[in-house]
Amino acid sequence: MSEPLLEVKDLSVSFATEDGTVRAVDGVSFGLERGKVLGIVGESGSGKSVTAMTLMGLTRGVNARFGGEVLYNGTNLLEVSDRAMQTYRGSELGMIFQDPMTSLNPVYRIGEQIVEAIRAHEKIGKAAARRRAIELLHQVGIPNPESRVDNFPHEFSGGMRQRAMIAIALSCNPSILIADEPTTALDVTIQAQIVDLISTLKDEFQSSVIFITHDLGVIAEIADEILVMYAGRVVEQGTKRDIFYDPQMPYTWGLLGSIPRLDRPRVKRLHTIKGMPPSLINPPEGCRFRPRCPHAFEKCAEEPVLESRVDAPGHLDRCWLTVDEKRARRDATISPTTEAA
Amino acid sequence: MSDTPLIEVRRVKKYFPIRAGILQREVARVHAVDDVSFAVHEGETLGLVGESGCGKSTLGRTIIRLYEPTAGEILFQGEHIEKLGRRRMRPLRREMQMVFQDPYASLNPRKRVGTIVSDPMRIHGLGDRASRKKQVEELLETVGLSPEHYNRFPHEFSGGQRQRIGLARALALRPKLIIADEPVSALDVSIQSQMLNLLEDLQDEFQLTYVFVAHDLGVVRHVSDRIAVMYLGKIVELAPADELYSRPIMPYTEALLSAVPIPDPDLAERRERIVLEGDVPSPINPPTGCRFHPRCRYATEICKTTEPPLVGYGNSHFAACHHPLNVGAATLATVGEPAPQQN
Amino acid sequence: MVAFLIRRVVGMVLVLIAVSFITYLIFIKIPGGDPAQRLAGRTATHANIESIRIKLGLNHPFIVQWFDMVKSLLSGTLVSYFNGGTNVVDQIKQGLPATFSLCLGAGIIWLFFGILVGVISAASAGRFSDRAITALALIGISLPVVWLGLVLRYLFAEGGWISSFPDGGYYPFTQNPWEWATHLILPWITLAVLFIGFYGRVLRSNILDTINEDFVRTAKAKGLSPRRIMTKHVLRASLIPIVTLFGLDFAAVLGGGAIITETVYSLQGVGYYAYQSIQAQDLPALMGVTLYGAAFIVVFSVLVDIAYAYLDPRIRLT
Repeated sequence: MSEPLLEVKDLSVSFATEDGTVRAVDGVSFGLERGKVLGIVGESGSGKSVTAMTLMGLTRGVNARFGGEVLYNGTNLLEVSDRAMQTYRGSELGMIFQDPMTSLNPVYRIGEQIVEAIRAHEKIGKAAARRRAIELLHQVGIPNPESRVDNFPHEFSGGMRQRAMIAIALSCNPSILIADEPTTALDVTIQAQIVDLISTLKDEFQSSVIFITHDLGVIAEIADEILVMYAGRVVEQGTKRDIFYDPQMPYTWGLLGSIPRLDRPRVKRLHTIKGMPPSLINPPEGCRFRPRCPHAFEKCAEEPVLESRVDAPGHLDRCWLTVDEKRARRDATISPTTEAA
Repeated sequence: MSDTPLIEVRRVKKYFPIRAGILQREVARVHAVDDVSFAVHEGETLGLVGESGCGKSTLGRTIIRLYEPTAGEILFQGEHIEKLGRRRMRPLRREMQMVFQDPYASLNPRKRVGTIVSDPMRIHGLGDRASRKKQVEELLETVGLSPEHYNRFPHEFSGGQRQRIGLARALALRPKLIIADEPVSALDVSIQSQMLNLLEDLQDEFQLTYVFVAHDLGVVRHVSDRIAVMYLGKIVELAPADELYSRPIMPYTEALLSAVPIPDPDLAERRERIVLEGDVPSPINPPTGCRFHPRCRYATEICKTTEPPLVGYGNSHFAACHHPLNVGAATLATVGEPAPQQN
Repeated sequence: MVAFLIRRVVGMVLVLIAVSFITYLIFIKIPGGDPAQRLAGRTATHANIESIRIKLGLNHPFIVQWFDMVKSLLSGTLVSYFNGGTNVVDQIKQGLPATFSLCLGAGIIWLFFGILVGVISAASAGRFSDRAITALALIGISLPVVWLGLVLRYLFAEGGWISSFPDGGYYPFTQNPWEWATHLILPWITLAVLFIGFYGRVLRSNILDTINEDFVRTAKAKGLSPRRIMTKHVLRASLIPIVTLFGLDFAAVLGGGAIITETVYSLQGVGYYAYQSIQAQDLPALMGVTLYGAAFIVVFSVLVDIAYAYLDPRIRLT
């Protein structure tokens, strides 16, 4: 087990708003090893994006309060100055976002935007930087990079724009690439291309990847380890196989059960998770999933601890049910032939 | 179920002109929908699936004449409606309604929910204020909201709830046909399944017919009886839902299905992924012959020159391809395709 | 590009024709606007009025009159009804130096300070300096120009409280640049104050919107310095609408729109001439001044469109 590249310990992020304090991230811990892909899965309001942006220092602002530590090579990024954080961004940590059209500045050429990223961190002449930009475009699979380097973003298609974003993010060889819903806005065939690309490039550039999405199918393809987030917390954590083949958290069952799956016969009715995600200003007492959980019982009024209740030590969950109870109820939920539990 | 389809579309085209030059003459066209024909029977759900630029949304809107068709015929309950004037069209509009994709943009933020849902009734002169209010309250309950929400504004609701409001509005006139244009794409997974179940319940309760436009193949398979796969303005495959997924005939369908990620790591690793090269070409200058040929791994000369017709392969399964997949020699013989089998 | 220009030029001509027509129409319909009557005076007989009418060509059909007027304007001599028949075109030409000097100077001042104000208040958004600047900007926008002009004259012009500047009148640049400038300082400030406030507010709002754009987030994610993000990304995008605004506002004042400022400071520019023509109800003069102004607006609106297409590569000129 190698030293983790990034260690997040008990991270919390809250924002002061007119309606109260929003506890967007509430006690999240995980580690990222070199060369691995960590997938963070969750729905809107789960805190996954805020976590990612906090790693990059993009949530710093007047209204934000942080707790815990984000240790990158031993340094706590939460306490680093704004100026210092600037040097980390782009060179050690690269990020790509969901909508490639709006994420690129429409008035500058693609090449200019890549060169800007390179020259922000390296003392290198314009010509040399441009050559590197062309090489990067080639690496991300853009045809005719020598001429396309001078195109404007609106002259690229959605998939190509996302590739350009990846080129920008990887331009300074960061150790970690954070991808925040990079394929959500893309067509499914383009999505497949981009997921493939990220997989290949992570080896080429020797980066680790944090891949955030709500799409469980994509996570199954690319992630080694997975974090399932709900209402600002990690509710389940483990390897890919743990999460998909032995999920311990009723929320995870709900997610897996409510997707119409192509690899299984059609069901009459989809399993649903009733209700809506909770408010982050006044989260429920005890287990935050309790109001929506069909298996809740008395103990759930007490905040469940995130710990390993199964044999696999890396597989953690936040549910008081015993492992046997879980497995029994789970199969009733996820199995495609029976009605929802 | 009568024999006449509820809605039938014959050779419909919708082109958008691109103008340039001193006199703003049409220099090119966007072939958004290019010669599409199909029929939907009462009580059925037809799924329209495809990627961006394939024309599915445009087709959905053209069917109910939100866009005027450039050519072709549209028949509603056996009657031609493609050329009807506004007055004659009005009563028919009650029978066809639409639900939109973006729950944040499709509700007027300045109107209260009650007004939004009752407006259709008011416009068509149905009932009086009191009876409309009562109907709206019932509709709100039917879609899973509370009658008290009558006086609230859209911004006070979540995405999923707004989508329900949009549904209530679509149902206000008791239409026969609802075109659902990506109704769940903007919703979270757990809310999505609630919405899909609701759509099914409503279909039974109100005897609705759906044309369900979506890009998510899993969702489309779940809700549809039959599915039409569109590519660059044309229907390239049309089949009953299960049939399409177990036996795709057109290589594009095969590639599309292969691209959908499966939430099962072992399966994901094992399956053969067909990753299509390149981007979807522009509908302004579609490729000659079979529009998919530049990206098709089975393409040959004939694919570049001749457009394949949509032919039947038995079992109500139609596809447009010179080299159909998953089709046995026997079936090919009945269809009369002389091309050698490739797969 | 060529097609675009041809279409716009044709459009321009049509607009100017329409403007002249409408101006004419309005003038004819104003009650008490019969120039023949006014020229003849109160004790005129009916015959006198008629003879004047014939002399001025007012007995011809409406269309003919209009056509004649346009023809003479284009040929460079449009004769005014009053002042013994002076040439309107000459009068306008004489007013140009004053108007141009006033507007160019004021334009530079208001653009510079407007941007400065916008950037400062956006950068300190929500805090005291922002609120103070906003208040000042709103005051600036609300002050009637005539009041401001008179107050500044009272306070700072010769014979006023702090006698620092000459009191009005235009001094040609070629004669004495220093005098030219000192005579114009107060008028420049008067004209600029209104626009500074307005532009500052617009820019502030644009900046605050742009800061939340996705591409600014990407710029931050690249690790760019805040200064670079502000100048190369935020300002670049926020200033584009300002270009449009400036183009049209500048055209308007250059086209004789700074009527109040010119009048208050007795700058004999085109605006002042417009004021006089309105008072005298001098139709040919009004026609000349209106078309002069319209021409500026129309030309500048084409220039603004071209500039916009240059600044935003997504825009294609059609």
